[in-house]
Amino acid sequence: MSAVAQLRVERAGPLASLQDAGRFGVRRLGLTQGGPVDIHAWAWANRLLGNAWGAAALEITFGGLSLIAEATTSLALAGADLGATLDDVALDPWSSFTVEAGQRLKFASPSSGLRAYLAAPGGFIAEPVLGSVASVSREDLGGHDGQGGKLRSGDVLSFTGGLRNADTLPVESRPDYSQPASLALVPGAQIADFEGASLFAAFHRAWRVDERSDRMGVRLKGPTLRCRTGNMISEGIGLGAVQVPPDGQPIALLNDRQTIGGYPRLGALTPLACARLAQCPPGHEVRLQAQALTPAQAAYRSFLRYFRDL
Amino acid sequence: MNEALRAGDLPCLEVAGVDTWLVRLFATIDDANMAWITALMRRCEQVFGDTLIDLVPSYTSVLVHYDPLALRPDEARARLASLLADLAPDDTAAVGEVKELHVWYDESVGPELIRLQEHSGLSRQAVIEAHCEREYRVFALGFSPGFAFMGSLPEALALPRLETPRKRVPAGSVAVANRQTAAYPRVSPGGWNLIGRTGERLFDRRREGFSLLRVGDRVRFVAIDRAHFEGLGGDIAPVEERS
Repeated sequence: MSAVAQLRVERAGPLASLQDAGRFGVRRLGLTQGGPVDIHAWAWANRLLGNAWGAAALEITFGGLSLIAEATTSLALAGADLGATLDDVALDPWSSFTVEAGQRLKFASPSSGLRAYLAAPGGFIAEPVLGSVASVSREDLGGHDGQGGKLRSGDVLSFTGGLRNADTLPVESRPDYSQPASLALVPGAQIADFEGASLFAAFHRAWRVDERSDRMGVRLKGPTLRCRTGNMISEGIGLGAVQVPPDGQPIALLNDRQTIGGYPRLGALTPLACARLAQCPPGHEVRLQAQALTPAQAAYRSFLRYFRDL
Repeated sequence: MNEALRAGDLPCLEVAGVDTWLVRLFATIDDANMAWITALMRRCEQVFGDTLIDLVPSYTSVLVHYDPLALRPDEARARLASLLADLAPDDTAAVGEVKELHVWYDESVGPELIRLQEHSGLSRQAVIEAHCEREYRVFALGFSPGFAFMGSLPEALALPRLETPRKRVPAGSVAVANRQTAAYPRVSPGGWNLIGRTGERLFDRRREGFSLLRVGDRVRFVAIDRAHFEGLGGDIAPVEERS
């Protein structure tokens, strides 16, 4: 289908990128998976428009973005409250809405959470690179320009457009990003090699999100964790893996992580815990909660069933 | 469990996420591992079919990422366990393709050629010959798209990584670190010792298969002179020091 609707970038914020479900089947070549770091909010943004799973949405980090609608169309927002306005009228951060041609959609700064997802009817259109439009700047792949480039003023985001019934997520179903985050971690890997006191600290002490955090991973500051295993032979790393380098401060690895690594790991955050962590700004308090594999799998399966089996 | 493969607690399945298993086959790096790794990957593709999302092979293991909605998690685990029970290695000699990388060994593009001579006690020529002499096996790809970790280097050339990594290693740089060697597909930071440069495009999104090198491939370095390197379109710009 040809694109009939467009959003023109009036001002590019610090970071906004197109993300579909991710780039799969090429990790053996050293390519990262990409995709939305908050799969929960991304899925909701698409769902509010009735889009199929996997439609590309715009991941907006911090805000600072201003877009002009070139046609009348529905759009939807989900995730962080970045103070979004439509011609200076505040928008509900978890709902679909209609923009008229010429209206300005603007994102200010985060009041809760870190990343908002903007979905368009049918998804934003871009040329898939290695099977995906997921934008990975480190690999110069995907996104609106196919090169993983930063969104710039004057750029145009295209989609088929159309009007959808207004939809919104009930307030009681929305995550409260301002609260400390409790993150489910499925223990595994080298967890048995950590010292007892370190294991106790890992799951009972509060952690703070470090400034050195991005789409590759989120560093946590807190007690120093000691592991009897030193550097290991590098091996494949799954989404959410919590690795502990020699400085004893854990790093939760997200969508743009390197494909292999050799630091000992406590296990892996569940995909929904990764999503929650992606909304935590630097300094935010998080806690790790051990969860058994079976209930963690069940929770992820019901999430996928809800959003993917429309 | 597979008798031919059995050693200690290996092979084993480790939880790597709600939809991911790490199949650990070996405890140490060995050229012979790769015939098992490539066999395991092929069997996973057969057994999981469309429910397989991704595979990440590495020195001693394969990470298996499957679709937990299309395949029940207990069924995924059962399939891996049964696959391991009758896994047989590929024919070692037939594993991977043989690839040649033409390299211009020179101090201007490989400043650590000097350090390698001091470390090994070998002459410049002997260092280059030692690097070219054997066929290396690709153990893993990672760090950046198409970056192949190859080994094992002769003991004499085993030089630790730089204490302070460079912020900018030029594309095509051929490098060594400990018992491994690699070539940088693109400009990136890096802490390996640079000894030369290849003009090959190691990663190209327009190429069938994208990456020149794949896990299991056998690689031989071939020394060429500057004129030959330039003739192949190689970039002769020297490595910027303190970069």
